[in-house]
Amino acid sequence: MKLIQGRFSMKPRSLFTAAMVLLGAAPVWAQTPMEGGGHAAHSGAAAAPTRAESPANAPSATMDHGSMNMQGGPAPADARDPHAYSNGLTLESGPYVLPGPRQLRLSDEHAFGSVLLDRLERVYTKDGNATAYDAQAWFGSTYDRLVLKAEGDVAKGKLEEARTEVLWGHAIASYWDTQLGVRQDSGTGPDRTWLAFGIQGLAPYWFDVDATAYVGSSGRTALRLSGEYELLLTQRLILQPRMEVNLYGQRDEARGLGSGLADAAAGLRLRYEFSRQFAPYVGVEWAGKFGQTADFARAEGQRTRETRYVAGVRLWF
Amino acid sequence: MPPLRPFHSPLPLVPARRRFVRGLVAGGVMIGLSPWLRAAAQGLSDTRTGAAPVLSGTNIDLVVGESPVNFTGKPRMATTINGSIPAPTLKLREGDTVTIRVTNRLREATSIHWHGIILPYQMDGVPGISFPGIPPGQTFTYQFRLEQTGTYWYHSHSGMQEQTGMYGALIVEPRDADPIRADRDYVVHLSDWTDEDPMRVLAKLKVQSDYYNYHQPTAIDFFRDVADMGLSRALDKRAMWNQMRMNPTDLADLSGATLTYLMNGVTPAGNWTGLFRPGERVRLRFINGAANTFYDVRIPGLKMTVVQSDGQNVEPVTVDEFRFGPGETYDVIVTPQEDAYTIFAQSMDRTGFARGTLAVREGLSAAVPALDPVEWLTMADMMGAMDHGAMGHGGSAMGAMDHAAMGHDMPGMKHDMSGMNHGAMAMGHGQHAMHGMAGGALAKPSATVRHARTEYGPSTDMRVDMPRTNLDDPGIGLRNNGRRVLTLADLKTIGGPLDPRGAEREIELHLTGNMERYTWSLDGLEFGKSTPVHLKYGERVRVILHNDTMMTHPMHLHGMWSEVETPDGQFLVRRHTIPVQPAQRVSFLVTADALGRWAWHCHLMLHMDMGMFREVVVS
Repeated sequence: MKLIQGRFSMKPRSLFTAAMVLLGAAPVWAQTPMEGGGHAAHSGAAAAPTRAESPANAPSATMDHGSMNMQGGPAPADARDPHAYSNGLTLESGPYVLPGPRQLRLSDEHAFGSVLLDRLERVYTKDGNATAYDAQAWFGSTYDRLVLKAEGDVAKGKLEEARTEVLWGHAIASYWDTQLGVRQDSGTGPDRTWLAFGIQGLAPYWFDVDATAYVGSSGRTALRLSGEYELLLTQRLILQPRMEVNLYGQRDEARGLGSGLADAAAGLRLRYEFSRQFAPYVGVEWAGKFGQTADFARAEGQRTRETRYVAGVRLWF
Repeated sequence: MPPLRPFHSPLPLVPARRRFVRGLVAGGVMIGLSPWLRAAAQGLSDTRTGAAPVLSGTNIDLVVGESPVNFTGKPRMATTINGSIPAPTLKLREGDTVTIRVTNRLREATSIHWHGIILPYQMDGVPGISFPGIPPGQTFTYQFRLEQTGTYWYHSHSGMQEQTGMYGALIVEPRDADPIRADRDYVVHLSDWTDEDPMRVLAKLKVQSDYYNYHQPTAIDFFRDVADMGLSRALDKRAMWNQMRMNPTDLADLSGATLTYLMNGVTPAGNWTGLFRPGERVRLRFINGAANTFYDVRIPGLKMTVVQSDGQNVEPVTVDEFRFGPGETYDVIVTPQEDAYTIFAQSMDRTGFARGTLAVREGLSAAVPALDPVEWLTMADMMGAMDHGAMGHGGSAMGAMDHAAMGHDMPGMKHDMSGMNHGAMAMGHGQHAMHGMAGGALAKPSATVRHARTEYGPSTDMRVDMPRTNLDDPGIGLRNNGRRVLTLADLKTIGGPLDPRGAEREIELHLTGNMERYTWSLDGLEFGKSTPVHLKYGERVRVILHNDTMMTHPMHLHGMWSEVETPDGQFLVRRHTIPVQPAQRVSFLVTADALGRWAWHCHLMLHMDMGMFREVVVS
């Protein structure tokens, strides 16, 4: 927890920050420290001065004898310059270079892309059935990409609720991307447009985490957190727990939303991967509305707690 | 320590998959070709596989084109040289100047790189560095003088053409008598084939980097471990991997799920066969021409005497097994007495094998061994030596250290070392850097780890602070397997180094990557973001390759020899391709005697293509 404080104490404790700390995701894009490593305990080694390491090289000294920072973290001031061996030469200039623009471009300079339909499912509840989708697409390089997210549900041929986001995803750490863009809500009630800022990535122990804060017109704010985990029962039978939470900074009666925690869902989906790219599944999900949002729902005669049975397919291409 | 159980039956149980992995017995190429493919193949004869045709002399014509193949039951088009897989074996003579005309009949540019051959940089065949490549319909004339002898190979350096069939053996025969005597001489060219478009394979890995890994830890494995070792040890065994988001079964990016493993262009079911008479000395020239596969090679019932490595004769060393990666070659001598022996080359990730037979006549076969169990990578593969000896404490009072205690008792670590295999590992072995500091500052390789500042960002997923420097580790899956397995430390090039000078300076390069993002780099910088490594013409330089990943990378420097040394700075072996194991630090000396621009890269094709690649300028 020291890391979390260190990282965030200088920033406003926004809803977003608090949620990130709650999720435990905050420190992981900073670094994964491994305390001890057996070396601090080794007094003989600790006492021996390290050759070629100045006393000022604190991060490195810590690295040697205290904790091992094998992932992430800031580069020490004396970290090696990766261009130090070039003597000013580049791929485009210097002796023996081929004439004209650089011809050799490998896949690190190519764009890739993918469309994932994480959930495309039929939802069965006591009050009726619906079709839900949750998709994410990206196109671009390893470190910068265009990200599209779309989630929503359709009942009786009508779009009930939809969230569509267009984001610029930018890699900031080994397992984390920041995402910046816009979100459009449509469906029942007036449409809403938001600016979006979030992070998406992989937390320790392989939790897929997506946390995004939103700012809309009239001072509206929102926060959406979701997480997924893939539990391999066998190489192809995979249990996917999933949770999602939505919070809002102020009430939006027209869309039936109160301030604070509005809704949450937790589900379990069991899929069989006929291939990595095609996996049908069945599952169950518990969903709830809370606070004022629940009040609005009750006023409309809706349930505030719901068990959903789902059957669908996960696919990507 | 009990060995880890296999997680997966070695061979898939589904018949269709079995056929896929083991391949078709024989071609039957045109049968079952879809109409459009048949049209495309019209006028093309089937790709010839098996022992490659031999071309010799000083004038050679090679034609690059497409030709149909069928390794798995699915007809595909391969990229071939003179219509065969492998391409013709070039038998050239030391001292000759050869003229090789390469004609491109593809619809895209092509190239041929002469792997391991010392030649002028314009003849090296790397498009964009040595020359512009060979456009469709054109002929490029390579001309160079052969200054060396031994077993080498050649392959396309354009796109994914090597994966789709463009590779062949290149043998330079000594002008005088070959010191290696043999009654028979066979090229055993190992490769791998995928029915998929290799670019599509890469695109899939960009989306899901464990796409082809069906040996992943599962809940079933976990419960089995709980039953075997108790809950807390089962949890501990996984804790660090899960915390770091690393996969202990990440041994290969591609597996038998897409690859068919080939020996001389023949599937395991096809059973390439080399003939002998009992008692003959048979020379086998093993070439790993795979795009993605490390092979563990053995011939049950036969000892192999390794006599050459990367084309350079070595003091004979007799082993049961050796591992080699893409780009490496080993020549071995065997003296078979029985009727038939299996040449068994299992992939490092244990998802399949290439197989052939040495026999006294055609049609014989010997037992084919089962694949070895899958092993998890160990903590040593992830974290290195965990031993201060490798950390630059050279000359200090390290003699008092109790290595055994270091290795086995890790206070504060809280992680069970279940996966560790202390017997064959760094602990207590070869931490020579600790003993004294005789000679000049550069007499032996620096042990101080210096990460590049670009290794602290999203392009890497780990850094090793305490690398292993010992070279006597056969690697994951081969440790303590009861067989005598070759290691780098066993190899001694006959005649010593080409250049007696010591290093004038050091270059440290780190092998880096981020498996989750599927990006590969050096010092955390992919090729497109990199600048060349500049060597001053004539200088003798030490290169230290430090592996900050969990995979073994066969690093191939074009144009100049890499003379591998011990952690003490003693010359070991002259190579063109050096496998660097996870968390390992290997050093070698290079004499910059070849003016021009050269490629330097990991020979795992997809790693190279994702940017684990540097340009070297000698001027």
